[in-house]
Amino acid sequence: MHSHKKIFLSALLLTMHRIRECEESLVEPINKGEVRTPCHLYTGQEAVAAGVIACLTDKDYVFGTHRSHGHYIAKGGGMRRMMAEIFCRETGCAKGRGGSMHLIAAEKGMMGAAPIVGGTIPLALGAALSSHIRGEKRVAAAFFGDGATGEGGLYESMSFAALRNLPLIFICENNLYATHMPIRECRNSENISRIAKPFNIKSWRVDGNDVLKVYEAAKSAVALCRAGKGPAFIECLTYRYKGHVGPDDAVQGIHTDIRPPAELKRWLKKDPIARFERFLVFKKVITPAELEKLRRKAEAEVADAIAFARKSPRPDPRHLEKYVCK
Amino acid sequence: MAADKSVFLIGQGVNSPWYVGNTAHGLLKRFGPKRVIDTPVSENAMTGAAVGAAIAGMRAVVVHPRVDFMLYAMDPIINEAANWHYMSGGNGNVPVVIWGIINRGGEQAAQHSQALHATFAHIPGLKVVMPSTPYDAKGLMVAAIRDPNPVVFMDDRWLYRDEASVPEKIYEVPIGKAALRSRGTDITIVACSYLAREAVKAAQELKKFKISAEVVDLRTIKPLDKAAILRSARKTGRLLIADGGWRSFGVSAEILAVVAEAGIKFKAPPVRLALPDCPAPASISLEKAYYIHGADIVKAVRRLLS
Repeated sequence: MHSHKKIFLSALLLTMHRIRECEESLVEPINKGEVRTPCHLYTGQEAVAAGVIACLTDKDYVFGTHRSHGHYIAKGGGMRRMMAEIFCRETGCAKGRGGSMHLIAAEKGMMGAAPIVGGTIPLALGAALSSHIRGEKRVAAAFFGDGATGEGGLYESMSFAALRNLPLIFICENNLYATHMPIRECRNSENISRIAKPFNIKSWRVDGNDVLKVYEAAKSAVALCRAGKGPAFIECLTYRYKGHVGPDDAVQGIHTDIRPPAELKRWLKKDPIARFERFLVFKKVITPAELEKLRRKAEAEVADAIAFARKSPRPDPRHLEKYVCK
Repeated sequence: MAADKSVFLIGQGVNSPWYVGNTAHGLLKRFGPKRVIDTPVSENAMTGAAVGAAIAGMRAVVVHPRVDFMLYAMDPIINEAANWHYMSGGNGNVPVVIWGIINRGGEQAAQHSQALHATFAHIPGLKVVMPSTPYDAKGLMVAAIRDPNPVVFMDDRWLYRDEASVPEKIYEVPIGKAALRSRGTDITIVACSYLAREAVKAAQELKKFKISAEVVDLRTIKPLDKAAILRSARKTGRLLIADGGWRSFGVSAEILAVVAEAGIKFKAPPVRLALPDCPAPASISLEKAYYIHGADIVKAVRRLLS
């Protein structure tokens, strides 16, 4: 087995807790209408962002989606600036102009996120291309969901990345649903990692709720890319606990989450944080008291960030057109 | 490309005159395949890659040998590049040049003909430039590359045979500034791209009929040089717009809106020459009725002034 240092394992766990606390703390403000920007909560998928991004440095590029709170946090984006953006304040990371679906922390390599499904994959391809042109060892990571496997641009990007051996890691967070569409109604195979095969791209299919398995796959993928032997493709099998958007998929008071409640129950038993904590305690790496301390640390950070957001001013309408062009 | 290592060219046919004429001649030999990238037919991903590379610190130039092919790339151009600076609250910018070549006539028909500058000009966050002379082609390309924003550079294959001496050094033609090609008193002709060149020829021809025409070559569609248009329109009191896009909901409509909002009093109602609202036909008999050239400008001006 791997002999990871306690400090590394604690950091992984803290990242997951920070994401979980952040998403959970948004439920009430969303339900009360205090947060209006559509929040596609990452609850349940924490191990993917934590495991993959633990392999990246600030100089590596991440491009995300509508469900990128976790990517932003894992990449080192500031919690206050993120909350302020979700509350659409001037102090937000996108100055209140982007909202939940456009988080950015470019100085940390979180280059941006956008909700057009598959839209940021070619952007990540371009970032990988830029590293290649400059002769650098930086890698780019494109996060996307199972739904994006319907988009042509993904295949164009795989083909070109493979053709030129670009340092791009394709990370598919397969949570079995594309908004309301179950995967079996979108494609005739549930194994997404196979789409990499025709392009001769090295691929992995991992338990996306096992942070160390995600980490190991990502570590190999990153090494491949830094050695000029990229791209790579990792399919992470995971599940979102909340609605496609918001805490609960309810349209005009009608509960529209078509997922069977028994399915959610099954996945809750495989909760990535609970599993990792049990593992760490079992291996005597961390004590339960230390675990609780970590969780409280995350909780405090999130509470502070929300307070900061609430105190912050909204953008001035006189500056509506300020950022149209640089 | 020599002055700035972050500049690179990507697109279909960059290594073939069949696609891009002589515009990229010798670049591959000089700068190598890492910076002169001939691509497979994947307009969406290749344009997205240019946008992403620009976000990641490069100055990307992505070429589409026909504007018609750019339509596959509308998502990265509009949803991503055009919006990026705004939706990031100014924390990210996209220095990309999206170069589309208008390539039509020769019975190529509807999907090898389109001039979509007005469509891109409609989008906040994009700049749109259209050179009509060799000097401006170089100067505007340099300006576009240096601009920190996404710039749609649209030139016209019908201008590719025009030759003139241009300075060897790097120079810029400012984006957002029209050029007065001829001074006149009887009528203002506002035109862009190929029709700006044709308008210059028409102004010469019109002298025979004792008509003094002032030609405003827009050079930039967005941001429009409203001051230049208004100055000339006020001076002459007559306006003809010649645009290579379709008549409705395009450049000519925008210019008419600008002069109407400024309350300019005209001696005769303004006239616009543009393509009819019709896809490009194949047969040469139909092409003759479809496309506009200098002679059409001369005829329209004479009619307006009679």
